[in-house]
Formats: sequence, structure tokens, C-alpha cells
Amino acid sequence: MTNHPDQYGFYGKFGGAYIPEMLHANVEFLQKHYQEIIDSPEFQKEFEYLLKDYAGRETPLYYAERLSKKYGASVYLKREDLCHTGAHKVNNTIGQILLAERLGKKRIIAETGAGQHGVATATVCALKGLECIVYMGETDMQRQALNVARMEMLGAKVVPAMSGSKTLKDATNEAIRDWINHPEDTYYQIGSVVGPHPYPDMVAQFQSVISKEIRAQLKEKTGTELPDYVIACVGGGSNAAGAFYHFLEDEQVKLVAVEAAGNGIESGESAATTQLGRIGILHGCKSLVMQTEDGQVVEPYSISAGLDYPGIGPLHAHLFDTGRGTFLNATDKEALDAAFELAQLEGIIPALESAHALAVLKKLDLKKSDRVVVNLSGRGDKDMATYLKYLPNQNG
Amino acid sequence: MNKIQQLFERKNKNILSVYFTAGYPELESTNEILTALADNGVDMIEIGMPYSDPLADGPVIQHSSSVAIANGMTIAKLFEQLGKLKLSREVPLLLMGYLNPVIQYGFENFCRDASAVGISGLIIPDLPLREYRLEYEVITKKYGLSFVFLITPETSEERIREIDNLSDGFIYAVSSSSVTGRATDESRKEDYFKRIGAMNLKNPVVVGFGVKDKATFEHACKYLNGAISGTAFINQLTGNEKSIEENTKTFLNMFR
Repeated sequence: MTNHPDQYGFYGKFGGAYIPEMLHANVEFLQKHYQEIIDSPEFQKEFEYLLKDYAGRETPLYYAERLSKKYGASVYLKREDLCHTGAHKVNNTIGQILLAERLGKKRIIAETGAGQHGVATATVCALKGLECIVYMGETDMQRQALNVARMEMLGAKVVPAMSGSKTLKDATNEAIRDWINHPEDTYYQIGSVVGPHPYPDMVAQFQSVISKEIRAQLKEKTGTELPDYVIACVGGGSNAAGAFYHFLEDEQVKLVAVEAAGNGIESGESAATTQLGRIGILHGCKSLVMQTEDGQVVEPYSISAGLDYPGIGPLHAHLFDTGRGTFLNATDKEALDAAFELAQLEGIIPALESAHALAVLKKLDLKKSDRVVVNLSGRGDKDMATYLKYLPNQNG
Repeated sequence: MNKIQQLFERKNKNILSVYFTAGYPELESTNEILTALADNGVDMIEIGMPYSDPLADGPVIQHSSSVAIANGMTIAKLFEQLGKLKLSREVPLLLMGYLNPVIQYGFENFCRDASAVGISGLIIPDLPLREYRLEYEVITKKYGLSFVFLITPETSEERIREIDNLSDGFIYAVSSSSVTGRATDESRKEDYFKRIGAMNLKNPVVVGFGVKDKATFEHACKYLNGAISGTAFINQLTGNEKSIEENTKTFLNMFR
């Protein structure tokens, strides 16, 4: 399959722009101009410069020797955790802030769940001297107080989303409402490959630097650009979209997306959208959505605040639907085990989100000759409070 | 001709339409509210179908939606209630809501059942115009339902003309680029109403958002055909001990 949606933003039957008229002019303008702006040499020059000198790219593709030995295959970690701000999120926010700047927008809004996208947005707004307002569910603000403090130190205003379940889904609704109320001066910086067209495609393009680098690095290390597996966790799916992007047309590369099973798929406390959802509309795009029988969106659960989203990007829904992607999942417990394993085998503390990707290594039928790339999307500093609770069990 | 078209044949100035959320404040309030509105002379009624993620709505309608969902309101339940409704006079009824619950019910089933319980029109703000034309227009037409589109001050003249051509009931002019229940800039609003009024559209234009009393209603009616009030009515229904009938009278008196 190709990596671009059609002109209306559809990947197969998923995507599109299901937005009220109040957003039409803004979204249509973006649809018509995003590609020419992104493709301009001047944009590309600044984007590449900031990715390199500001965000710290390229990130290493690290051959994890002890992990490889344990799983009987060659395991490489794509070290997005080493990006500035601690996760892949900054690739997208750099791209979008350059776009917002070229559109003449002065006020930047964003939604955030765990706070990683909020921090990455606040960071680039500080860099560019733009006003930054981040919507965050009130519940998440309490759970992720440190990231709230980081955003505030960076000069952003963090606004609690008080509606619904007061988490990411509601923060996204609030950000969209803000955009409706400020159509002229405001740019909405979405943090994942979700939302109305062109956001899923735009965010995927900004994150695609991940797979572009993997190809080049793998070629240098092994003589071939193509791995056998690329594994990435999926909430909305931005790091997975970036890690899969340049492999979508290479059918021999198995693309493994890992969803958060929470306490188990059947437990009623899960965020595994492809297992529990069905086709629907959420936040402006048609995709798979976790919902009740009569179409009310349900609140997902995962120990990882970055994966508890009741939808999935339309690109991923299409990968699932066509079978191009393999969708696995990992429970809270499996992710925690994988996090401790990586910490103690390789000296790397992963984000809880990325730990879900690591957790499926044991579920794949790997051969000695297999080259496996795991996208280590973020580092675990933000999750220390959670890890601390499990520390006695793990070391005892 | 459906009841919306008949209404505008009879009367095309000063149309007062009221929005409320089905299942709020109580699950069984729906028909009581409809009866009170009809008995007290409103011209048209929009029944809101509550949705968990109403992204074009402000806090008041969001809250009423959450309460209604918690009360157990669903599309199926609403149709069951409307099946028992008997109004004292003929008032066109529209359903307003978001696309997801409607497609889960099945768009054609939804139109069939809505039409069977006396609904004349639909307002689904997140159903894209292009898809409406490609897939859904034929279905709404089959069941005699008028599909109502929104326009805003940012909607281009070309797009307004396209919407006018696709519409057979009325056009819903959002009075500012804002979610429901938000204050609006008066002079810009006036320019916008004038501009739309001067376009000589084939469909009547009704103003929504920001209509809360006699002054805002008359302002809208000066240039356009009528206005819709929702947030103000839900506020009236909230936080007092009065009956729905009394609250409805108090609310409608603010427009007279």
C-alpha cells in the first residue's frame, strides 16, 4: 500500500474530515496548502535544521545485544527516547510550528494526555515566541503534575478540560472548541495521526523521519535497508506511523502495532481499539472507535496515559482492515515487565508506552536471522512514579 | 411538502425555533417539553440527540447531553417517546445531533424511523457536504426529510450558493464562529446578517447561536427569517423547582 491518503483524506474507508461548518474554512485551507508548504525547499531546510540541531536527530539505531540474545534474533532499538523533550512527539511539533508560522498564526493550541505532546508543543512555542495554550483533562493534570509544571515553566498556559471523563478525549474536544471560537488567529497543533484530514497525513509525514533514518541506519549496519519486523506501540498512532511510513510499500517487512490491553481485552478496562472498537467517527475522522452499541464514545483504560485513547488513526485502521499491519496488544503487567527487563538488560528506562512495544518480543515467532526494529518512542522519566510502585515486586 | 416547507409557506418572518436536549432534565421530559413548546406557540422545534463528544457545543448543551446520556437516552428510546407524542397543533420537528450515533443506528433506518414518528428535518453538523451529496441525499429525500446545513461568517459565497441548492427546508446561519452559548460581536453579526439577507437565497435563513431574548431575536429577524434559541432554554430548565410548563412560559415570554 502507499503511504498517502486520497485527496479527501481517506485511507481505504477510514479518514476524511467530519467537522462542523465552523471549522470548514480553516481545515479546507490547510487541506489545499499543507503539502506545498511542507514541500517547499525553504520549509524543508528549516525543518531539517531544527530536527538536527534542536531536537538532536538523527537518533541512534542501537543494536541491543543482550535483548537480542534473550529473544534469539537481532533486536535494534530506534532511540526516539533520546530526542529533545524525551519522546518522538517533538518531530511533529517542530513541523507543525513551522507550518503555523507560515500561515501567520499567533496563537497555538494543543491537546495532551500524558503531557508529552503538550510539553513538545510548549517547547516549540517558546522557541518561536508564540502564545501557547494546552488543554489537558483535569484528571490527567493531577496524574501528570510534573509535565504540567514543565509546560508552565516553558511559558504555556495549561487549561483543565472539565467535561466528560476529564482525560485526553475531552481535552481534544476542548481544543477543537477553542479553535471554533478563534478561527482567525489560532492554529491547532494535533499531537497524533488523528483528527480531520489533513492532520493524519501531515503528522505521519513529520514523523516519517523515524523510518527514513531506520532504513539508512540499517543499511549501514547490515547492508540491507529492510528489517523483518518493525514494532511500535499505538495509542492514536503517531510513533507507529513514523516508524512504518517508509516500509508501507515493502510488503516483506512485517509491521507490528501494539495496543494497550490495560487489565486485559475482556476486562472492561482496556484501550485496544482494534479489538474492542468498530467503525465510527471521533474528533473529525472516520476510524475504529471504542463505543457503546448506540454510538457513545467510551472511556478507555491503560496504565500508560499516552495509549488510553478510544480511537486510532485512520492509517492504522486501514492497516488493520487490510491485514498489512499485525495488531497485537500488551497488558499493563506485560508492559511493566518489559520496562524492567529493558532497564536491567540494556540500561535503558523506556516510557510505559514504548514498553508495550517491547512486551510483544516474546509473542513473536522469531528466527535467529530476523532483524527486528523496536521503536523506543520515549523515555521513562515521566513514568517513575508508576515504576516506583512496582519496584519492590520486580527486585524482590 | 413536509411540515418545514409548509411552515415557511405560511409564515416566513419572525420564525421562533427552540432547541432542547432529549432526555434532559429527566429521561421522560422529552414529550412534556415538546407539548409545552407547542402549546405556547413556537414555530419549530429542534430535538437534540445527546452525544458523548459534542464538539460544536458549549458547556450548557454539553452538560445537558451528559445528563441525558446518564439518564439512559438513546436514539431508539427517543423514537419510542416520539411515537407516543400528540401535539395540540402542527409544529415541524427536527432532530439535531452528531453523525456517529446516527451511523451506528444505520443512516437509512434512522431516516425511516424518524420520518415514521413525524420528524421533518435533520441537522447533523459534522456530516460533510460532499458525503451528503454522494451518499445521503437520496436517503433523506426518500423519507421526505429536509437536511439543514450550517453556514458561518467564514463560509464563502460560492459554498453558500451550493448549500442553498442542496437545501429544501432552511439554512441555519451560525451567528458567529463559536460554539453554542457564547457571546458574539454585535456589529460583525449585523454585517453578516445583512450580507446573507442580500444574497436572495431560495431557502429561508434562520439564525442560531447567541439568540437569547427579544432583542437578539428581533435583531436576527430584521434581516433574516427567524432564529433558534437553545442554550438559553436549557438554562431556563436548569436549577429551579418550576415545572417544565412554567419554565417554558417564562422562557418564551422573554421573546415577546
